[in-house]
Amino acid sequence: MSKAGFDWLPLALVPLLAALAWPAIGSASSWLTLTVAGLAMGMIIFIIASGLTLVFGLMDVLNFGHGVFIALGAFVATSVFGLIADWTASDSLWRNLVSVFCAMAVAMAVAGAVGWTFERVLVRPAYGQHLKQILVTMGGMIIGEELIKVVWGPTQIALPLPTALRGALIFGDAAVEKFRVFAVVVGALVLVAMLFTLNRTKLGLLIRAGVQDREMVESLGYRIRRLFVAVFVAGSALAGLGGVLWGLYQQNVVPQMGAQVNVLIFIVIIIGGLGSTFGCFVGALLVGLLANYSGFLAPKLAMFSNIGLMVAVLLWRPQGLYPVANR
Amino acid sequence: MTALLQLQGVHTHIGAYHILHGVDFEVPTGQVTMLLGRNGAGKTTTLRTIMGLWAASQGQVSFDGQRIDGRATPDIAQLGIAYVPESMGIFGDLSVRENLLLAARSARTVAQMDTQRLEWLFELFPAVKKFWLQPAGKLSGGQKQMLAIARAMVEPRRLLLIDEPSKGLAPAIIQNLIAALRELKRTQTTVLLVEQNFGMARALGDQMAVMDNGRVVHRGAMAELADDEELQHRLLGLSLGAHQ
Repeated sequence: MSKAGFDWLPLALVPLLAALAWPAIGSASSWLTLTVAGLAMGMIIFIIASGLTLVFGLMDVLNFGHGVFIALGAFVATSVFGLIADWTASDSLWRNLVSVFCAMAVAMAVAGAVGWTFERVLVRPAYGQHLKQILVTMGGMIIGEELIKVVWGPTQIALPLPTALRGALIFGDAAVEKFRVFAVVVGALVLVAMLFTLNRTKLGLLIRAGVQDREMVESLGYRIRRLFVAVFVAGSALAGLGGVLWGLYQQNVVPQMGAQVNVLIFIVIIIGGLGSTFGCFVGALLVGLLANYSGFLAPKLAMFSNIGLMVAVLLWRPQGLYPVANR
Repeated sequence: MTALLQLQGVHTHIGAYHILHGVDFEVPTGQVTMLLGRNGAGKTTTLRTIMGLWAASQGQVSFDGQRIDGRATPDIAQLGIAYVPESMGIFGDLSVRENLLLAARSARTVAQMDTQRLEWLFELFPAVKKFWLQPAGKLSGGQKQMLAIARAMVEPRRLLLIDEPSKGLAPAIIQNLIAALRELKRTQTTVLLVEQNFGMARALGDQMAVMDNGRVVHRGAMAELADDEELQHRLLGLSLGAHQ
């Protein structure tokens, strides 16, 4: 994204939504708690969805199986936590952090490796055929879920927070859960790393150009399929990382969790503009905040709030908040 | 006069449609070859087939003596062939600077780009320097065309394929474009230029091939066609004056 002529309006929706929610909620402490919870949820969704939007942008691949990497990441985290239970149960903050980062690293590695296989076996034969992609990737997710059940069992598994991340930070009357602050920090780090890669490196330049016009990138002498595989693997690894955070956010994991989050991430990438990383970020924050505010203000409407948001955004900007040029 | 690019009996199908019906012509080294013909004659398909964007179903495409039909587009580009499509292929969300950096395969950063060559490009295409940090999508049609050609020339290439650069441009802009391409011609760069503006073709072309209905129906020196109004009328359907 070029700095010149940056479109601030969609980004301004995030503080605007938070500002509008304040009088509706009425209490500053509840507002702060909900806002941090919404930002944390938004950051986790962004981590999960960012790879998916690039995969679609680069090769027009609709990967409905993305959810399986989320579930896989979360289940791998349960195993890693099981192996180093004394570190997660320790009162030492650094031991807790090391255990969480270990779980994240292993989850990313496993999800990335499975993502590579998934691309080679299922996605590659379906290039350019959207209907086939939908069927094959959904089938892939079902198989993945069943394999998770084979390895970890069909029932819900607890994923307790490490000791130091339990509880809340108190600001006046407001209680902000420590893990949510942690999730916001991890999400911010991923965002910075992604923006740096996309905007400051040649690899990022190639990805941004490929999202706009892959044929021209190939005509300039670059093999976009290799780039796509790299982005697919990175996107799967990020979904695995998001799965760890989502599992910790929910404090339990089920094999179907990927399918449950899938709907949210598709809403986010449509709101943001297909192929747009920054649009995905803004869309994820809006979805996270709205889900938390509406859950507090009108729980019965909460389920529909994100669909309503998507409809409103598409009526305003049919190509999403930050449409990608040339698409 | 050796041929850098050679097409022999090239057929191309797009889906159920048979577009090229045995195209034969050569592009001599160091010269500008014009590919002329009416709309729908198969000129764009020929360029896309050379670049590997559409596969030749029959025949041979050879570059510097080696066959390139059947190769992937990136491999063909890496041999030193640059392509400027009719749509210009500008990355609208990227800045002018980023568009050029992308085309400079040997450079990872702008600092690693050949500054002398950049200065030369800035002289040829002042708009590239003027709008260096602007998003390319905000440029006018003429400026985008300048950027597209500058991008193809950002590193020395052995062959430039340019598809209808004058399309939709104002006469004054076309004159600037002709001046820039003349300068390029002075450097002995080999160019295959698809063009419907006969004035431009006459100003730049050394050789020409005229296409009709997916075949090359006439080949020869550009000067020969420019001097023969009857031939123009027969091959292109219009007199020189009417085509300008």
